Amino acid sequence: MEGQYTEKVMEHFRNPRNVGEIPDASGIGNVGNPVCGDIMRLYIKVDENEIITDAKFKTFGCGAAIATSSMVTELVKGKTIEEALKVSNHAVAEALGGLPKIKMHCSVLAEQALRRAIDDYLAKKKAKIA
Amino acid sequence: MTAEMRKVYLDNNATTRTREEVIAAMAPYFGGIYGNASSIHQFGRPARTAVDEARNRVASLLGAASPEEIIFTSGGTESDNFAIKGVVNALRSKGNHIITSAIEHPAVLNTCKFLAKEGCLVTFVGVDEYGVIKLDELKKAITDKTILITVMHANNEIGTIEPVEEIGKIAEEKGVYFHTDAVQSAGKLPLDLKNMNISLLSISGHKLYGPKGVGALYIKKGTKITPQMLGGHHEMGKRAGTENVPGIVGLGKACELAGKELNAESKKLTELRDYLYKGITSKIEDVRLNGHPQNRLPNTLNVGFKYLEGEGIILNLDMEGVGASTGSACTSGSLEPSHVLSAMSVDAADIQGSVRFSIGRDNTKEDINYVVGVLPPIIKRLRDMSPLYEKGK
Repeated sequence: MEGQYTEKVMEHFRNPRNVGEIPDASGIGNVGNPVCGDIMRLYIKVDENEIITDAKFKTFGCGAAIATSSMVTELVKGKTIEEALKVSNHAVAEALGGLPKIKMHCSVLAEQALRRAIDDYLAKKKAKIA
Repeated sequence: MTAEMRKVYLDNNATTRTREEVIAAMAPYFGGIYGNASSIHQFGRPARTAVDEARNRVASLLGAASPEEIIFTSGGTESDNFAIKGVVNALRSKGNHIITSAIEHPAVLNTCKFLAKEGCLVTFVGVDEYGVIKLDELKKAITDKTILITVMHANNEIGTIEPVEEIGKIAEEKGVYFHTDAVQSAGKLPLDLKNMNISLLSISGHKLYGPKGVGALYIKKGTKITPQMLGGHHEMGKRAGTENVPGIVGLGKACELAGKELNAESKKLTELRDYLYKGITSKIEDVRLNGHPQNRLPNTLNVGFKYLEGEGIILNLDMEGVGASTGSACTSGSLEPSHVLSAMSVDAADIQGSVRFSIGRDNTKEDINYVVGVLPPIIKRLRDMSPLYEKGK
């Protein structure tokens, strides 16, 4: 796929889901840097049954970065941590009807942001138990 | 039904709309006058006359001493390639050193990089915070092996005007050829080549309301250059290939009109450009101007919106009917941040949020008012989404 964004990408760019922060988030994932042009911050709220009840994001980046952030939050809401760990960058890109080749790294970033948020949650949980 | 959305084209540095007068001038040469300009018979003669007339018009806009100094090409990229490779080929026995700037158009930059792989030495001279070439560095870079200095007249991304008169003097003193890519400046800034120390100058038709696929290279009389396109004896033996008669006629007409209107147009564009900047800065905070505050193309405004990435702004503007562009990563199909802004030492995060508005002759004050109206909510929406914004607060 060359250059152009799919309708689905544009739709998520126009109306991104779950923009914002979760003040009492269970886990936060930060990835990217301004030099590469994308920064994502993903917040997750996890309940006692290990289910992700809420997810929000803030993103600095291109249209694809915003759309993949939006999509990944949609994909993980209602999933267990175990299920969420299986959400791959390809799943995010596919759910958007594909991404231009040079924008595939945005879906990788979304996957990484999710992993970091889950890691953060797990680390916090461990610290609480210990 | 809602009223049709206003469309505002502010990407005139990418390309311009071909003028009606230009289209009218070209029309007969597609069908009626189809002869080959090299043919001596009645079919070819009017084509030859038209090409000669166009050459006069281009020469006149550039202030060339003679129309024979104008060679028609397929556009700015070919002109740049021809100038640089042609001089390198012709002066092989004299030296192999080229001096250029860090902010050239890819047509020059990539030609120089290619030649570096082929054994040339290339010096990329830096620029200051406004994108103006460092003349002391340029002077120091000249050696007895230097054969060519190639520095653009005005930059396509930021509009900064380079000191081509000074560079010309330096080149003249050192006996080095000087090429300038004037693709963005021709028709916008006055040129008087017969009184300037410029050996070679590139222009393109579609940047000055002419057609795409045609351009010209000015070659000062006596400049040694090896043809790059080999074949017949077209273009005084300097560039083979049957002349693109309609395109050449269109370029000639566009140059004629640009020359006539240059002063008035330049004044109007400057006013609109500054009106746009004033409008943006009065409604949006944390905006930086990229490029020289004064010595800039009359139509070019490049601004950085802090905490943002440019593509999101461009996509949102597009939804509002506004066409602009970013010099940054995304739109160019590469992920590298703008080489121009990088060379100006603009902060990496600030480079990402840069947008270029390039105004044209069709734009009105109402267009600018429209853009200044739609922009603030776009910027606010994207900043509210940006994790960098809170840090800046």
